[in-house]
Amino acid sequence: MKTDARQGGWLIVLTFLAAMILTIVPFPDFLQHFRPEWAALVLAYWCMALPHRVGVGTGWITGLLLDVMTGSLLGQHALSMTVIAFLVINLHQRIRLFPLWQQAIVIWMLLNLYQLLLLWFDGITGQPSKGLSFWLPPITGMILWPGIFILLRRLRRKHKVK
Amino acid sequence: MTLDHRQQHLQTVRAGLSLLVAPIEYLVDLPVNIGRWLDESLSSRQQLLEENTRLHAQNLLMQARSLKNADLESENQRLRELLGSSVKVADRVLIAEIYKIDLDPYKHIIRLNKTARHGVYLDQPLLDSHGIMGQVIEVLPAYTTARLITDPGHSIPIQVSRNGLRTIATGSGKINQIDLPYLPNNADIQEGDLLVTSGLGGVYPPGYPVALVTKIERAPELEFARIGAEPTALLNRSREVLLVWSGDKIKLMQTGQSSRPAPPQEQEESP
Repeated sequence: MKTDARQGGWLIVLTFLAAMILTIVPFPDFLQHFRPEWAALVLAYWCMALPHRVGVGTGWITGLLLDVMTGSLLGQHALSMTVIAFLVINLHQRIRLFPLWQQAIVIWMLLNLYQLLLLWFDGITGQPSKGLSFWLPPITGMILWPGIFILLRRLRRKHKVK
Repeated sequence: MTLDHRQQHLQTVRAGLSLLVAPIEYLVDLPVNIGRWLDESLSSRQQLLEENTRLHAQNLLMQARSLKNADLESENQRLRELLGSSVKVADRVLIAEIYKIDLDPYKHIIRLNKTARHGVYLDQPLLDSHGIMGQVIEVLPAYTTARLITDPGHSIPIQVSRNGLRTIATGSGKINQIDLPYLPNNADIQEGDLLVTSGLGGVYPPGYPVALVTKIERAPELEFARIGAEPTALLNRSREVLLVWSGDKIKLMQTGQSSRPAPPQEQEESP
């Protein structure tokens, strides 16, 4: 069977674009602190499903764009995303076999690491501390993971992205 | 890379990337824009008429007030000349629109649609019709980022307008509060006092209202009183902000605008 290696690249770009839009779309005030790290979730999925196509480089570029978008230090999100991509690619064969809820826990830990790196950068650059609600996004991310996973898998199979 | 950014070497990279991101932000802002446009085009004749009369009345009132203001201003200038101090020049302002997007929930920063093309410069103050809102922290080709006075990383030199007591107000991280952490327990300050910019530091022009004192706790065991104030500007409600050029920065605005044929919304305002 012959498949084009570049097939469906647009779908990957599109999902990242959607993630970025969701990152800055206005939420009601009480949901502000629950906003999950959409881009990191999408990156984790693609790294797990297609480690040969999406990887550290994609993570880095998405992270840079996130940095510019949210006005954070240039490289802050980029490094965190790179670390996520690296870890997921390293573990992808193991995570793939987990049942969904177990995957969600792994994702939660990864997202915590992501937040920790961001917090660490903020600490170094002298930004004021953010309180405990800073650790809510990973939890929302964990709760949303099964949904995101199923949605993206369906999209990927439908468009035969390999 | 992070350290590099501290020295602002990566400003060009950031500027380039911002152009890539700009369409996304525009897209996110679009529904709000469409909503506004629909609202404008679908409002009935009756509503428009009502609004027109209301604005007319308001305009009349404002004009009457500004007549008096002109008189006061000239008197003020005369007195200043008598005192031998420098004469205050009227500031110039330009209206900028805020993008309706959420950035970091822990930082109070906003995105504006005016850029260096319009003469916007770093550290430029911005305000709305009720008071000081914040200052510009980043000027990029596609947009400008500004920090509000309630951002925990922001401080503004102020004075109590009742007695001229000077101090510094720091953002609290809550959108409706700024703190005055450096006033001793015996400082002459009351609830309801108006805080205005003192003009020290050279970023904010003097005399603009900043906040009203809402809470004073004088704890004898602490060195400083705990004082909170509520910003007079509608920080999370305004859609439009005013960028201010004052003093010698007015030239900047003129050079910035000479490249554009017609200045869109330009007004003169007296401080």
